[in-house]
Amino acid sequence: MISIKNVNKSFGAHHVLTDVSLEVPKSNVVALIGPSGAGKSTLIRTINALEPIDNGEIIVDGISIHDKKTDINKARLNIGFVFQSFNLFPFLTALENVTISPMKVKGLSKEAAEKRGKELLASLGLADKCDAYPSRLSGGQQQRVAIARALAMDPHVMLFDEPTSALDPEMVTEVLDAIRKLAKDGMTMVVVTHEMGFAKEICDEIVFMADGKIVERAAPDKFFTNPDTQRAQDFLSKVLNH
Amino acid sequence: MYMYDWSVITRNMDVFIYGALKTLEISAISILLAIPIGIIFGMGRISKNKFFRLISSIYVEIIRGVPLLVLLIWIFFVLGQFLKLGSYWGSIWGLAIFAGAFIAEIVRSGIQGVPKGQMEAARSLGMSHAKAMTHIVLPQAFRRVLPPLASQFIMLIKDSSLISIIGATELTLDAKNLVATSFRSIEVWTFVAVVYFIMTFSLSLIIRYFETRLSKSEA
Repeated sequence: MISIKNVNKSFGAHHVLTDVSLEVPKSNVVALIGPSGAGKSTLIRTINALEPIDNGEIIVDGISIHDKKTDINKARLNIGFVFQSFNLFPFLTALENVTISPMKVKGLSKEAAEKRGKELLASLGLADKCDAYPSRLSGGQQQRVAIARALAMDPHVMLFDEPTSALDPEMVTEVLDAIRKLAKDGMTMVVVTHEMGFAKEICDEIVFMADGKIVERAAPDKFFTNPDTQRAQDFLSKVLNH
Repeated sequence: MYMYDWSVITRNMDVFIYGALKTLEISAISILLAIPIGIIFGMGRISKNKFFRLISSIYVEIIRGVPLLVLLIWIFFVLGQFLKLGSYWGSIWGLAIFAGAFIAEIVRSGIQGVPKGQMEAARSLGMSHAKAMTHIVLPQAFRRVLPPLASQFIMLIKDSSLISIIGATELTLDAKNLVATSFRSIEVWTFVAVVYFIMTFSLSLIIRYFETRLSKSEA
């Protein structure tokens, strides 16, 4: 479903991604974890070309994302993206946030877009928040609207860039529950996260990054109990023992 | 002791009304020209095209650095040698080019003030750059620029008094002529100040009405 081949990227002299390759099969959930500055966010942002790459290739759903001949706007329809800071459109209501792109990009009628939008918001526990502006919603509610907004485009892949890092602790669960539900429904997902328990529970594979490289890939059970690399062991000892 | 005679105002009310209408007319046409100029060069200031960016910066910096009075005289006497502008269109273009530079800066800061995440979110949903600009960034930029834009419009009405220097008929020139024939400078200039205030304050109230209506939708 997602195929990343030998991707390199640097900001000036700083190499942020070094020869990164990764395969995510259909319906798999992959967690990207690692210390800050490891290149996790940069990597996930290259998957829908929010971030350009220097060389290598990324194929999502059969489409080469960074190919100059690719219509990136069309390619992005298959890829939902959820940001750490939600990035909801503040001048639109929750429902309008969800319906604007189906209407303006896919040409859906207002009625059809709203029907689908209301269903999505309801399925995320936000049925009564359709008419609320983002400023009136809690962080957890905003992030769930953002998830509904991405799902409204019927993507085949969902990318989450630290979806719970900007949330108050008591709101983390509601967002993780939404992602958990997607995993159950068989959505292909890549999640950058610091929630180790969550990664262990829902992910098929853990990808551990450091210094712009993939250092280790393993099944969650193996990774969290007995990682192969020293680097991963050090990282885990720091995040798990506190 | 000076004997006030306010009848000079009432007797010449038609002159003031005509002058005020001319002022409003010239200001309105100038604003209508200045807005597209401002939007084009404002977007030029943040364009990816180097040439467009350079041209826009040169325009903004030069116009900001030259006093309006000097610009008007220059357009009328220097540019007027090559183009048949006349005092009417010469003043309108002078005001429009002058205000356009300031509007360009307002537009630029308005667009740049919209957080980068808004464009990214719109693009991640499959919108083209143009669609994201139209449906997501510009509506937010518009809300941001309304207050400074309002000040700019008010400035332009006041600045239009300067065009009397190149002989364009409007409130200030009419007042000058009236003072010359009636010798009632205190009465006339006091009333002229009041008329300018009425025009600018009305505009201010109209814009405030639109602002509150816009902000209501976000509360």
